[in-house]
Parts: sequence; C-alpha cells; structure tokens
Amino acid sequence: MIKGKFIDNLPKVYGIYTGGFLVFIILMAIAEQAGMSAKLIGIFFVAFTVLIYALIGWLSRTLQVDAYYVAGRQVPTVFNGMATAADWMSGASFVAMAGGIYFKGYGYMALLVGWTGGYVLVASLLAPYLRKFGCYTVPDFIGTRYGGNLARFSAVIVLTVASFTYVTAQINATGTIASVALDIPFGIAVYVGLASILMCSMLGGMRAVTWTQVAQYIVLIIAYLLPVFWISSKLGAGFFPHFMLADEVARIAELEGQFGFVKNSAADLATVPKGLAGITKAHSSVNATPWAFISLAVCMMAGTASLPHVMMRYFTTPSVRTARRSVGWSLFFIFLLYSSAPMLATLSKLSLIDPTLPTGIIGKTIAEVQSIDWYQNWNQANLMFISDFNGNGTLELNEFFMGGKAVVLATPEIAGLPYVISGLVAAGGMAAAMSTADGLVLAISNALSHDIYYKIINPKAETARRLIVARVLLVLIGFAGATIAALEIQGILGSVIWAFDFAMSGLFFPLVLGVWWKRANAPGAVAGMLLGLISGTAYLIWVRSGGSGFLGITQLTFGIVGAAVSLVSMIVVSLITAAPDAATQKMVDDVRVPSGKTVLAQK
Amino acid sequence: MSKQEQHWEKTRNLLFITLAIWFVFSIGIFLFGAEMQESSIRPFGYPLTYWFTCQGSLAIFVILIFWFAGRQEKIDDEFGFSEREGDK
Repeated sequence: MIKGKFIDNLPKVYGIYTGGFLVFIILMAIAEQAGMSAKLIGIFFVAFTVLIYALIGWLSRTLQVDAYYVAGRQVPTVFNGMATAADWMSGASFVAMAGGIYFKGYGYMALLVGWTGGYVLVASLLAPYLRKFGCYTVPDFIGTRYGGNLARFSAVIVLTVASFTYVTAQINATGTIASVALDIPFGIAVYVGLASILMCSMLGGMRAVTWTQVAQYIVLIIAYLLPVFWISSKLGAGFFPHFMLADEVARIAELEGQFGFVKNSAADLATVPKGLAGITKAHSSVNATPWAFISLAVCMMAGTASLPHVMMRYFTTPSVRTARRSVGWSLFFIFLLYSSAPMLATLSKLSLIDPTLPTGIIGKTIAEVQSIDWYQNWNQANLMFISDFNGNGTLELNEFFMGGKAVVLATPEIAGLPYVISGLVAAGGMAAAMSTADGLVLAISNALSHDIYYKIINPKAETARRLIVARVLLVLIGFAGATIAALEIQGILGSVIWAFDFAMSGLFFPLVLGVWWKRANAPGAVAGMLLGLISGTAYLIWVRSGGSGFLGITQLTFGIVGAAVSLVSMIVVSLITAAPDAATQKMVDDVRVPSGKTVLAQK
Repeated sequence: MSKQEQHWEKTRNLLFITLAIWFVFSIGIFLFGAEMQESSIRPFGYPLTYWFTCQGSLAIFVILIFWFAGRQEKIDDEFGFSEREGDK
C-alpha cells in the first residue's frame, strides 16, 4: 500500500500533512479565542501530533529485513535530509540550545560550530563510502572491513555506550515535556514518552522511523521558527531577525555596560533554586580562550562523524551519489534551526532586560515583577526566580534567575504571544526528543540483533526470527533507557555531550581509517576501539572525581584523550601485525569507487 | 598508474581541499576570535566573530558540502565510475 506509489508521491503527501498541521494550529488559535483553557490546548497539541506519528509508524509496518534495517534503500535525497535533521536535533538542540547561548554566549556557541562542521567530515570522509559498502549497521562495516567477531563485537560495545548515554537524555526530555503538557507526574510521563517512541519504531523499524522523522521535522521547524519571526516583528526588531538584529545585539552590550555584572555572594546564591542561573557573561563578546572553544568544537565534530544513528541514515539512500548530496540537505535543514537559536536568545534577553520595553523587568520594583502573570507561572514551574539581594526594592540584573529551558519555553509568553504558540512549542520539543530517541533506540537494537544475534550467535536464523529478536530488543532497550531516565542522574545537555565524546573516542579513527588507510587491520582496529573507549572513560572518571586533568581538557572534551589514544594504538598495532589479506585490500578498493554492486552484495 | 589509482588520487586531493576549507572556518578563525571581534568588517552589522558563530561558519559548511558533492560527481564521471541504473 505504501511502497512504490508512496515514494513517488512524497512531496504531495507531506505537503498535505504540512497544510493539515497549519490548519490544526489555526483551529487551536480559534479555540483559544473561544475560551479553551491553556492546559487543554497543550494536551491537544502533544496528543494530536504523537497520534499522527504513531499512525505513520503503524502504516509503515514491515516484515522485510531490508525495509526494517535500511528502509528498503529508497529514501530520496531531500527527504532523507529532513529525516536526518530530525534524527540529529534532539531535545537538547530544541529546548536547551537557545538557553545555553543566552547564559554562556560565545563559549557555548562552539557547540553550534561543532554540530554543523561535523557534517563536512561525514560527507567527505565516511557517508558515501559506507553507503557503497552496503551494510545494515555501523558495526556491520567494522566487522566486515576488518574481519572477525572481535572487531564487530568491540564496535557494538562502543556504539552501545555512546548511544545509550544519549538515549537516556532523550527519553528524559520526552518525559519532561509530556509531564508539563499533559500535566502528569514525571515518573509516569517518562513511560508515556517511551510508549510513543516505541509505537513509531517497533512495527516498521527504519522505514517507520524514516517517515515519522520527516513528519517530526516539519512540526519541530515550524514550532521553532514561527515564534522567532513573530517575536522579532512584535518587538519591532525586524521581520527577518537573522539579518536584522545587529542593533539589538549592540543594545544588549550597551545595557550590560550600564548594569555591570555584579557578583553575588555565595550565601545569596544558595537561596536560588537549583538549575537556575543569572546573566553573568556578556552576550556577544569573545569570552572563552581559543583552546576552550576549539577543543569543544573538535569533539563535537568528530563525535558527529562517529555517532551511528546519524551514519545509518545514509544507508537508506538509493545510491552513493544521493548519500553524498543528502548530507548537504541534512545540514541545510539543521542550519535553519541552529542559525535561529542565537536570534531567539537575543530577542529573549533584550525583551527581559531592556527597561524601555514594556516586557522589560530589570529596574522595576520587586513587588511589581512578582505580580506579573507569566512570572508567577514560570516561578511555580521552577524556571524563574527573583530576590532582592541588596534590599533596594528594585530588580537588578544580578537578582534575576532563569532556567535554561525557559528561553525557548517562556519567551513566547513573555513577549505576549497567544498561548497557542506555547502549545506549538511543546509539540515541537516533543517531536525533537522523540525523533532522536527513535533513531538511537533503533541503532542500538539493530546492532544487537544484526551484529550480535544474527552474525555472531545464530547465522542461520530465519528472517521472521531475526525481526522478532530485533523488536524484542527494541522494547527491552527502550525500557532500560526509560528506567535510567526516571532516575534523573545527569542533566540533558551534559549527557548529550558525553555521548559525542564516547563515540569519538572509540569509533572515529577505526571508521575513517577503514576507508582511507588500506594497511589498517583487525588487531589495530580492536586496539583502537577498546583502548580509545577505555582511556576516554578513565579520563572522564578521573576528572569527575576531582582530578586536575591536563592540557585544559575537561569532562566535556575527554574525547580528545580517547581519540588520540585510539589513533596511536590503531596505527602502532596495525603496523606490528600482518597486513590485511588481498581480499580485504580489494574490498577497500571497491568501496572507493561508486559504481558497481555494493561490497556486501559481491560477497 | 591505473585508472582506479588516478581516480583515487583526484578524490584524495579533493578531500584535502575540502578539509582545508573546513579547518579554516571551524578551527582556524577561532584562534583569532578576540582580534576578529574588533574588526571593522561587520556582516549585517554584527560583530565579526559573533556572526561567524551564529551564521557564517554554519552557512559556509552547507555550501561546502554541496560544492564537494558536485566536484566528486565530476571526478566519478570523468573516470566512468558513476553509478548506473541497476547498481544496487
């Protein structure tokens, strides 16, 4: 029902879907005018979009291995770009990124550069070659290129560590949003989020995840861009914020100079609720050393090129050529959101701190601010806090605190947009977190079912049995992730950055050298993966437990240590052991040429 | 040199050029972040370093990938290594 015809009709299908979603937003806006409560609007937005994704997941169900693992290798370039963008942009990108820029400025923007620059590495070093290889999973490439179950198994370990760290953060984010929007306790909301994630992926594997991710991208990009453009016009900052906020950026710098950054005493700060922060760094000045900026960017770039849930999206394109172009489209769709995050941060900050704007709160009396509706709402949600530290009765810049998520979640309300926009933003955040979680859970369960179960344990397993194993693992991993997410060990953004460092430590060089260095062999790759992962993890534990670290490498950039060890050990071990045999060398030659059958099809 | 070796040499050269451009806009310019911020070049009126982190580098990466893909396709065509219908 969906095959063939569906692929040809994609622009039409998703065009109707987008139109339908816009109509839904307008209907909600009318309902709001007619007196529908804010809470009900939030529930409608999240429930409606999640049901649509579940419907797509059900329609895309499949019993074929090719469709389950790589969506039948027929996803067109632009649509794969959208799916990858949704796969990529997590709850952290959607909810936390603008907040990070708002509070930390330049130092944080290394993540923007890193999370986009990594795609140049994906396009030039890896994606087209891995597509030519014709593998189902990333460990499938490692296992076949280097040969041997040990290499395959090591790749599965690295993949699982990195992806699992990442997925708990995403399930956590779906839980946070579901609990706010549906007004249920977090412990339950986590499992509601999990159920939605599994509905999208269990029946149709990669095929279902692909088509839901495209739908999720459309929701999340509308939900992000509409408020940014609207707030910008409303503030009179310009109808196209990306090119028109220079005056606002300059005005923030001027206000910062006027207010100054007063340091609060430790005793005062102790009264501020956990997780909230004040504005302590200049908005647009260069406030990090070159090394701090570059090391973080490098880790994010190498991590991007090593994270399996991104790489496996390029296994679904029809050809090598489309895989390459698809990387460009992915980055274009990511760019639309990432280039808007700093604009949102600027608009949010200016509307809060400029005393000449009606929304500005700095300089007002404490009592006045405490009586504002939105302040009360977000204070109750534990995302805003003010306190009169110096006792002068007016609010100073250093007496105002906010949670990172509030920049995206609260700015529409602060700027006086109707509540329907806040409902839309909640749906967008849910889409961002769900789409990433889907990709990650699928990456882990595919690696376990294909590489561990089928390739190592039971190579004679029938198709039906393989797909049942894949689905059972999917559910188990989802539950394990949700259980850990419910414990709330590490913040969303922290675990996301760790995932990149883990992936970079263990997989970056074994993947790249597998294509670009013929002499690389199995013992070298195993040493590279395991020693890289172990040394990176050891450094993380050392720094976390009070170690001083070296070369300015922090717990956010430990991938530099892991990847360096990985590179050196891989080269040394490869050179002191025997060169790969002629068949392997021929395989590498075949990978380097786009034409002809995939390498795995030749075997 | 065989056809395949020539193809790979050209591919490798393209990689080096691509990575060199990538290096400049992801790492190189940020060695001079503080100096560039003071520059009188202000795209759309934004301070220079700030603009690169918000838009400039990001947009250059998008363009770079499409440029790279086009060049690589040309190299593949030149040696007759492009995919044909039925290559699966």
